[in-house]
Amino acid sequence: MNSETRTVASPFAFDTLRELRTDGYNVLVDLTAVDYSLYGKCRGRMGWEGNFPANAPEPKPHRFEVVYRLACIDPATGLESLPRLTVRAPYDDGSVLLSVRSVWPNADWLEREVWDMFGIRFEDRPEIKRLLLYEEFVGHPLRKDYPVKKRQPLIGPKSGELPDSPSFNAVRQEIPFE
Amino acid sequence: MTQKKTYFLNMGPAHPAMHGVIRLILELEGELIVKTEVEIGYLHRAFEKHAETETWNNAIPYTDRLNYVSPLINNSGFCCAVEKLAGVAIPERGQYLRVIASEISRVADHLTCIGANAMELGAFTVFLYLMEGREYLYQLIDDLCGARVTTDYTRIGGVKSDLPEGFVDKCRGVFPKIRKLVADSEALLTKNRIFLDRVEGVGVLSQADALAYGITGPFLRSTGVAYDVRRAHPYLVYDRLDFEVPVGSRGDNLDRYLVRLAEIEQSLRILEQCFNQLPAGPVSLAPWEMRDAFIFEDMGKAGNTALLPRCLAKTCRTLDGGGRDQAAGIRVADPALVMPPKEAAYGNIEGLMNQFESVMWSWGVRVPAGEAYAAVEGGNGELGFHIVSDGSDRAYRVRCRPPCFFIMAALPKLLNGGYVADVVATFGSVNMIAGELDR
Repeated sequence: MNSETRTVASPFAFDTLRELRTDGYNVLVDLTAVDYSLYGKCRGRMGWEGNFPANAPEPKPHRFEVVYRLACIDPATGLESLPRLTVRAPYDDGSVLLSVRSVWPNADWLEREVWDMFGIRFEDRPEIKRLLLYEEFVGHPLRKDYPVKKRQPLIGPKSGELPDSPSFNAVRQEIPFE
Repeated sequence: MTQKKTYFLNMGPAHPAMHGVIRLILELEGELIVKTEVEIGYLHRAFEKHAETETWNNAIPYTDRLNYVSPLINNSGFCCAVEKLAGVAIPERGQYLRVIASEISRVADHLTCIGANAMELGAFTVFLYLMEGREYLYQLIDDLCGARVTTDYTRIGGVKSDLPEGFVDKCRGVFPKIRKLVADSEALLTKNRIFLDRVEGVGVLSQADALAYGITGPFLRSTGVAYDVRRAHPYLVYDRLDFEVPVGSRGDNLDRYLVRLAEIEQSLRILEQCFNQLPAGPVSLAPWEMRDAFIFEDMGKAGNTALLPRCLAKTCRTLDGGGRDQAAGIRVADPALVMPPKEAAYGNIEGLMNQFESVMWSWGVRVPAGEAYAAVEGGNGELGFHIVSDGSDRAYRVRCRPPCFFIMAALPKLLNGGYVADVVATFGSVNMIAGELDR
């Protein structure tokens, strides 16, 4: 499944996507994000060990990329009449990004998930609600600075101490995620 | 003067008809549904975060738990995406085995969906018939992987092991039984007035809406769009197999049921073709024999290259400390970095070393930096994996595109305006799987 990729600055993403919708991309296959803040950098004990190899990727200048995956499915044949298209919108905390739920209705839930997992704000959805997690959850877990072993206020010991599992603690203690 | 009043009804999260855990908040006016709110996330297990913290092969068991009714499709989907990023093609026999495993799983998935849906509408006999059929398939899967549900069958670069002895004959013996059970169930349901009253014209979603919501799989096909990832973007060996894509026309519960029924037959057809075409050869890129590197050189010079991919070169591992960084980028294309077969791991010291090295942190399989998206046709539609690698021994980001998610986003559209009793019929026919919905 090969796709073309197009990168658009986040303030113009909405207009570009709306144009693509009128050009025939009738299905929003997926909307997600990637946190590149540790891309090409040391990820501690479990990632690169000490020295970087020569082929480590370049770090990206922006923190996030919001990825829109579009397809054009022809209802008559059931095949895709245009090649798949991936639109990537670089995003940093504070960038402007508009919601596309008026263009594809399923973007409503997908944007809620992106907010939930990455804390990416959609400018015209100030009251956006978490989707998979609950309202009392603190933080956005798919951000790279969210520690794997973090405890949440409603779950586990309130003091935030580690889970009571000797093997887990012995192995995970040294992971410098925090 | 009477005043129209609405009231709220909670269905779920722990409701027997909610197939797992999901909560519907229905606003009712009498028995009519005015508004629906869907609350998900009760089964959120942080699959995507887990996959970032585990090595490439260690993430595969997590994919079993996505769609736990057809876990083998998830296994192949994840591995196909990683292999696409790594640029490796697995041996032909391995591809056929993945197709066989996926199709067995798909039949089990459809049988479960139809059976559970029928049971909720009162047809308990059908449920028992179809569960019997699923049991035969689970026994096949048990033979294949050693587990019924938590299969973990694929590896990066191939599959865990070859077919067990007599598997093909056992499958051929099971198919008539499944066809009989499906035919019996069909006779009980398809012309049954009670069943038809509950499903015909209920839970209708138009073609345009289904596309706008990104719905794929049997649901989209029931609205008349013959979109199937196996046909639109053939992966593995699906382009060599002859099968039809059944479609419906109205997009109601009945059409979804009929499309699934027809797909069971098509999957069995695919399986029979696979058994006829199944080539001999290795099932994985994993090397079987250990030889000194100079022997390869001699074999290559003599033009004897056919055996080379099956062999593992003995290299001096003490040089690893100095040489590992140069080798980091090419590790996965190198067959030596695929998990060795269990026979080699338990049978000889090099295989055992190879096994250890491929499971140790920051040693094992490394996928070159980059991004890839690959999708397979899951039980409910397009199951996609978006993989980002930074070249280290574990994924940088894994995004799973679960087909159920899009159906659940459209659920208010399906339910609003209908009766509260139809929630059970409609919800059963869309086959929501909480494991992949919440990840």
